[in-house]
Amino acid sequence: MKFSEQWLREWVNPQLNTEALAEQLSMAGLEVDGFEPVAGEFNGVVVGQVISCAQHPNADKLQVTKVDVGTNELLDIVCGATNCRMGLKVAVATVGAVLPGDFKIKKSKLRGEPSHGMLCSASELGLSEDHEGIMELPEDAPIGQDFRVWLNLDDKALDIDLTPNRADCLGIRGLAREVGVLNDIDVNTPDMPSVPATISDVRGISLVAPEGCPRYLGRIIRNVDVTKPTPLWLQERLRRSGIRSIDPVVDVTNYVLIELGHPMHGFDLSAISGDVQVRWASNDEEMTLLDGQTVKLQDDVLVIADAEKALAMAGVFGGEGSGVTSATRDIFLESAFFSPNAIMGRARRYGLHTDASHRYERGVDPELQHTAMERATQLIIAICGGDVGPVVEAKSQDHLPNPAGVTLRAQRLEKVLGLVIEPRQVESMLQRLGFAVTKSTEGWHVVVPTYRFDIQIEEDLIEEVARVYGYNNIPVEAPQAALRMQRTPEAKTSLRTLKQVLIAQGYQEAITYSFVDPKQQELLYPQQETLVLPHPISVEMSSMRLGLWPGLLAAAGYNQKRQQQNVRLFESGLRFVPDAQAENGIRQEPMLAGVMVGTLQGEHWADGVRPADFFDLKGHVERLLCAAGGATDVRFVAEAHSALHPGQSAAVYRGDVRIGYLGALHPQFEKTFGIKGRAFVFELALNEFTTKKIPNAIPVSRYPSIRRDIAVLVEQHVTAGNILDSIRKVGANQLVDLNLFDVYTGDNVPAGKKSLAIALTLQAQDRTLEDSEVNALMSQVVEVLENDFNAVLRDS
Amino acid sequence: MDLQTNLAEILAAGKAAANAANTPTEIEDVRVEFMGKKGKLTEQLKSLGKLSPEERPQAGQLINQVKQELQDILNEKRDALKDAEMNARLEAERIDVTLAGRMSQVGGTHPVTRTIQRIEDYFGQLGFAVKEGPEVEDDFHNFDALNIPTNHPARADHDTFYFTPSTMLRTQTSGVQIRTMESEKPPLRIISPGRVYRNDYDQTHTPMFHQVEGLMVDKNVSFTELKGILHDFLHHFFEEDLEIRFRPSYFPFTEPSAEVDVRRKDGNWLEVLGCGMVHPNVLRAVGIDPEEYTGFAFGMGVERLTMIRYGVNDLRAFFENDLRFLKQFS
Repeated sequence: MKFSEQWLREWVNPQLNTEALAEQLSMAGLEVDGFEPVAGEFNGVVVGQVISCAQHPNADKLQVTKVDVGTNELLDIVCGATNCRMGLKVAVATVGAVLPGDFKIKKSKLRGEPSHGMLCSASELGLSEDHEGIMELPEDAPIGQDFRVWLNLDDKALDIDLTPNRADCLGIRGLAREVGVLNDIDVNTPDMPSVPATISDVRGISLVAPEGCPRYLGRIIRNVDVTKPTPLWLQERLRRSGIRSIDPVVDVTNYVLIELGHPMHGFDLSAISGDVQVRWASNDEEMTLLDGQTVKLQDDVLVIADAEKALAMAGVFGGEGSGVTSATRDIFLESAFFSPNAIMGRARRYGLHTDASHRYERGVDPELQHTAMERATQLIIAICGGDVGPVVEAKSQDHLPNPAGVTLRAQRLEKVLGLVIEPRQVESMLQRLGFAVTKSTEGWHVVVPTYRFDIQIEEDLIEEVARVYGYNNIPVEAPQAALRMQRTPEAKTSLRTLKQVLIAQGYQEAITYSFVDPKQQELLYPQQETLVLPHPISVEMSSMRLGLWPGLLAAAGYNQKRQQQNVRLFESGLRFVPDAQAENGIRQEPMLAGVMVGTLQGEHWADGVRPADFFDLKGHVERLLCAAGGATDVRFVAEAHSALHPGQSAAVYRGDVRIGYLGALHPQFEKTFGIKGRAFVFELALNEFTTKKIPNAIPVSRYPSIRRDIAVLVEQHVTAGNILDSIRKVGANQLVDLNLFDVYTGDNVPAGKKSLAIALTLQAQDRTLEDSEVNALMSQVVEVLENDFNAVLRDS
Repeated sequence: MDLQTNLAEILAAGKAAANAANTPTEIEDVRVEFMGKKGKLTEQLKSLGKLSPEERPQAGQLINQVKQELQDILNEKRDALKDAEMNARLEAERIDVTLAGRMSQVGGTHPVTRTIQRIEDYFGQLGFAVKEGPEVEDDFHNFDALNIPTNHPARADHDTFYFTPSTMLRTQTSGVQIRTMESEKPPLRIISPGRVYRNDYDQTHTPMFHQVEGLMVDKNVSFTELKGILHDFLHHFFEEDLEIRFRPSYFPFTEPSAEVDVRRKDGNWLEVLGCGMVHPNVLRAVGIDPEEYTGFAFGMGVERLTMIRYGVNDLRAFFENDLRFLKQFS
């Protein structure tokens, strides 16, 4: 909320400058976002009147004027504004004046005509952005008076960002009350006398929905002239509150809104047929709003209606056709209390947010309706004239909020705050806040004023005490608690450790958005159901990721476009897989993924340049698995993935569980992500490999080990993994190391075949292995390879 | 020729041979020539038998003296040659150690992670356990249990990404606190770091960012202690005793509530934290008796803290993943 500092100071005037006042409000929980002067910096501007106004002899678009500024002489001023005319009261920058932007006014000639000053527009004085002609001052503006002084322009507009609990401060009245409490000074409430009725015209009011509207005041004012201009002082106050002047009735209701924090509404009486009722809308009841949109209401939306139709969405927005227009003669003024529960969320449902709904859903003082009505009446008839009818009040006492009684225990206050505050001090603070305080054995019983909707429980009072006491006066103490060890299971490898493994291998951690481009995602994971954001930031950020590759690949492409050719990135985070069995229909699995593009180690003086390949990536993944202790029971299986090169793609299994994939990005997607060169990616499900076995030590064998090498010829498609698995099964306990150390094709190897050289290291726990045993085992290995893979032993 | 002359000649010949030798192998050849089984000095010793018993000791002594002398010369020469050989090899193997090593590039943690880790470390030392939770959340855990019922105005402030009226991307990690309190009994000390989402994108907002929230529930947890722990944390985090202030604020799930500002070097206050005493309704919603237990909770924006700590001035840099930015945090 924006408001004028001067306006507030009329109500309460602490001995603080603007900055200190803003600081005080912020520190009391009413956060001041900032403040700014209400006008530009200028001087030498006075009120004047155009005495004559004639066409400039040498310029079509200029006029020459004589202006009375209260001195003996009339000033010659050339003016280009089309609204400049004889008799008009204007703001005149006289010779020697300095306008905003250090613009000095000097004697000059314009196209041959003398000009001793300037007639100012509102924007030239830093009052608004409005460039439409010069300012038109009211007829009663005093000629010759300093313009700044006349309009009280040495004022600041404060912008205050109120939390939803402090609706009571959404008006000058409430802010003044708070400032009074904070400074322990009195508030001067302006006199708001009742306006006596001069006519007896009324409309009946029925509260069909008293739970939503427990109090409704209506008053007829006849014969108002809404074409009368709103006085400049009132327009100015609205302007400093960030509100545009519309017509006198709307301006007055807005004025009351800012002054008292109480929304009001003015209807055109002729648009209301019969009595007024406040009722719930019926489902699908249609209504056209002031802004022209037609909405279908629901039965939890409160409306102001006449006998035939809904006239307004109560406390939110007026209806089309029932509002005040320039043709309006008679008005029906509404001043009502709507329950917060009846208004909350309704505006938002229809995409609306108004000053009225903002206040009603947070809570408007249920005792303020009469004051607001009289204040508005007084101002309207002062501007527009009119005959005032009596105020008709419909109320349902049972539904009005009762002043809440809340108990505050001294002991609880101490327990929650952790300090003892003098009982007398507590009482005094509560009393200053307008609470009725009675002492009880345990502490205090407090009756809360009707405008404090936020005070409902003991903790609310504790906060009030702490707030007025000053949060910064509350001491700082170290928390006391029993020592308790955090469980850190030894078998669990932390994500932090795994990240360090990747970092040590040149990977930089990335954090990409959890929502990705659906087009890119669809390419990598075709025909997979995804969770889609109905209202995303943009289409490119609308699909919840099924894996971490779309984000990482996009990041890799982003870097390559910026001269970063060698990219290694990793990321950890959730993937989102639709699954009816999972909580909220979505499986949210933590993944660890990486991408590698470019060379193994740039251009190296000794090793030259080598493009990174599948086995570099696989090495990185293997190191990860080793660090997690899960390498021993992990298998890599050639398995296709829609995102990967079919010939360079592996699934990673731990036991029977597939824990991830790695491989070369399918070349057809390189362009999609703007990637130059081959990209290699991996992704592992974190929950599947970060638990390792606790070691169960066995003694080191004291007997020598024996190495035997064999070379076998097999078909090209036979995988090393399968061969080694078979050998392991044969070798059982005695095979302590197994290494495939050469893969050869070429001379002496028939086409379509490859030669694999494998080293077996054998050792027994309890003896030196005999040659005969070793030979037997080797024969068995060869036999199994022959049977399972059609392998042929090569002569060594 | 008498023995002495003989020995003198042999010694002279041996010295000359040792001098002439250029390798340890040649030294060995010399040794064999003079002291081997058929060596010249060995022959002399063998001939001792021909001498009378009276002459033998003196003659033996003479021979052994010469033998020792020659041995010393040979040893010295051999050591010198070995050293020279080693030195030559070492010189030949000299390299330019200033050339780059292999596979020397390392990566680094993302600055956001770096901050989260520092926060985890601080609170971990105080016995706070790290808890994580789902990012697609339901309205019970994201709002209702946090004392934010359906029509509460605070919901409008969240710019929530909804999937359905009852499921959404979490707007805060507070849901993790609820989940923890549902499954564990007090005393509780937890922090929950993670991604949160708001439908807002401009210079100062990204639709995804990170929070760390903390919760402590015990029999006598008070506001002074909340102030204590946060003062201490901020001093640790920034590694300086900067000025800190607590400002009253409003969160539906805490009462009293506060925002915490730190004073920057330019004199301006900057908000870094929100906190408060856990609202009794929140404790009740998870079956904890607010009369018996009190608690405090706090939440901080990780990006904001990271920006202050490392002088990052554009929030969006965190999610562009430009290596030139990320590498500064290696």
